[in-house]
Amino acid sequence: MKKVFALVLAALMALCCVACGEPKEDINAKSEGVMTYAEYEAAALESKVVIEAYVQGKQAYSAEYGNTSIYAQDGDGAYFIYRMPCSQADYDKITIGSKIKVTGYKAEWSGEVEITDATFEIVEGNYVAEKLDVTALLASADLIKHQNKAIAIKGATVAASKDAAGNEVAFLYNWDGSGQDGNDLYFNVTVNGATYNLCVETDLCAADSAVYAAVKALKIGDTIDLEGFLYWYNGANPHITAVTTK
Amino acid sequence: MKKTFSMLLCLITVLVALTSCHGARSLDPFVIPDSFDTEKQYEITFWAKSDTNIRQVQIYEKAISDFETLYPNIKVNLQIYNDYGKIYQDVITNISVQKTPNVCITYPDHIATYMTSPDVVVSLDELFANEKYGLGGSELRFDGPTYDEIVPKFLEECVIDGKHYAIPYMRSTEACYVNKTFVEKLGYKLPEVLTWDFVLEVSNAALAKDEEGNFLVNGQKTLIPFIYKSTDNMMIQMLKQKGAGYSNDNGDILIFNDTTKELLRMFEEPAKTRAFSTFKISSYPANFLNAGQCIFAIDSTAGATWMGSKAPLQDIDESLIADFETEVMLIPQFDTSAPAMISQGPSVCVFNKHDNGEVLASWLFAQYLLVNDVQIAYSQTEGYVPVTSKAQNCDEYKEYLANEGIDNDKHYDVKLKAAKLLLENTDNTFVTPVFNGSTSLRNAAGQMVENVTKSMRRGEPVDDEYYVNLYKDVTALYRLDQTQAMGKGREELGALPTMAVVLICAIITAWVLIGISASVAFAKKRKK
Repeated sequence: MKKVFALVLAALMALCCVACGEPKEDINAKSEGVMTYAEYEAAALESKVVIEAYVQGKQAYSAEYGNTSIYAQDGDGAYFIYRMPCSQADYDKITIGSKIKVTGYKAEWSGEVEITDATFEIVEGNYVAEKLDVTALLASADLIKHQNKAIAIKGATVAASKDAAGNEVAFLYNWDGSGQDGNDLYFNVTVNGATYNLCVETDLCAADSAVYAAVKALKIGDTIDLEGFLYWYNGANPHITAVTTK
Repeated sequence: MKKTFSMLLCLITVLVALTSCHGARSLDPFVIPDSFDTEKQYEITFWAKSDTNIRQVQIYEKAISDFETLYPNIKVNLQIYNDYGKIYQDVITNISVQKTPNVCITYPDHIATYMTSPDVVVSLDELFANEKYGLGGSELRFDGPTYDEIVPKFLEECVIDGKHYAIPYMRSTEACYVNKTFVEKLGYKLPEVLTWDFVLEVSNAALAKDEEGNFLVNGQKTLIPFIYKSTDNMMIQMLKQKGAGYSNDNGDILIFNDTTKELLRMFEEPAKTRAFSTFKISSYPANFLNAGQCIFAIDSTAGATWMGSKAPLQDIDESLIADFETEVMLIPQFDTSAPAMISQGPSVCVFNKHDNGEVLASWLFAQYLLVNDVQIAYSQTEGYVPVTSKAQNCDEYKEYLANEGIDNDKHYDVKLKAAKLLLENTDNTFVTPVFNGSTSLRNAAGQMVENVTKSMRRGEPVDDEYYVNLYKDVTALYRLDQTQAMGKGREELGALPTMAVVLICAIITAWVLIGISASVAFAKKRKK
């Protein structure tokens, strides 16, 4: 009997241990005085905003200006924090998934809604968003609702770009081919019959990154899957962070 | 004996190590070789700036190819940048490791900072005058300009601390690109020279909306009547036109004065009503102008190919482009009888190296950028003007100007009008004093316009206290209390800190003691 009792007790304790495991983080929970995504979305341009979100991407650190730009997301939407002042030490502490509280001003630049003149603090929490598959949404007017989110595009076909000599190429250094190795890469893909121009921004993915090498290896007609952030510049202008050739 | 020898060896090793702690061997001042060694191979680097314009890159490439044909023993490696700031940063980074380029497109403001490291940038005055390799020199393999054939006004801009440290490459100024159709629709007639009052009055009048919230003048929900691309230029030019302080040749910061405040206050209301905005806040003036969403767009004449309904370069969807008449005008003035506008554009400097022959090869290439072929071709890529009278007065360039508007590409009328605007107003242009810190001051000038504009848009209180804090914040942000005039660095360093004096004394004492100890040991050994 004692043996059975001991076994039951052990089993109960084991169950308790499982139940005591770390609770799943509520990624939409906000601290006192922090806006929900809906409140942020409704806030007027130029108004003060306070948000909490999880870092999904960070641009290179600008030592000259002491700032960086951040892609962040919560469960409901995404934010772009433009040239957020920070020290190199704080920049190093910000990793993908880090939760930050940001106070700044909502602004719009060429269609890109962003937070400017921001201050921030790193707070407890971690979350890496699943990439939203926008393949079917690319031609839709609803695409803008997902601005700044981490996205995926599946089964795109590399379409030709024209270099300065009029040759068909798979990618260009700079938008018009006026750059060199190390500059931003621009390339076209066709999805569901429409062509889209994509960019590998070296501030986000440096010239020695895997995606930079992958785009340089592309050939016209390749079928590829892509990941990136849904940046906006006079229309959708995704900044690509990963390319997989099928 | 062995002990003494090892002690001496130690001493030499330590001395060598201490000496090498000061980094790579510093550069000796450049001395012009008697002749250029055409048998020796030279490989030089050229860091160039393109306005993200493929034609400019092609012109650089052709210039290099033509130059290498003339000088087969010089190979030029081209590195293209799209941003002056990035060139500046990379040069600064590479000065400490002596990996500067040989030839570099840059601004004199930036050169002033490079020159805080001695003998890094080559003073060009002796090279200019050199009989064989100087401007118009007898041994040149190309038909370059003489000293007198470089536009004096542009050449003067390359003088830093009394010497030439650069040659001008291209020059531009700012222009106001006006939607004339809208100005007239609003019931106004463009004056011969714009005034700030006129621009602000028309901009305010353009804000009228219909019941649905559409602007009456364009029937759209979006309109920013007046957009300025470079707010640092905006403040600098307004101060110049007002005869107010900005800075002087001694590197004194004079910008924090009452006129600056008065000018900033002038833009408070237009910023609040959204009649005025800036590139940093809203986006490229060209995009709004071409979409019929802006009436007065101020940008560089070197951006003219993007301006107007028929512009050959467009950054917005074709369906958004409005049809209107574009007028290219001088930037607004306070006194229309004495217009003043900035002179800007790339210059070229040559960096010093250990091999004088390599520097001479660099100078030959830098000078080659002034030949008519390069000057004319490059100026045609944008609203630039050539920097030599030799190019400006040649038939090819005159014919180019005469063909204004015959097509919307090479002869795009807005671009040619922009170039002519500078050609006709070269004497009305000015530059600001150059010193170590002048780049920061320029940034600060623009920052104040941006801050006031943002604050007004955000409904923040902008009062006297605001301006006191603005001046304080901008001074701190751009470290304007730490700038210095060229050549003044030594005096301004002041006395060494006590700790440094103590440390130096301790090192000297230690070496003296080591020396005495070694001598005593040596003497004892001899006695034995």
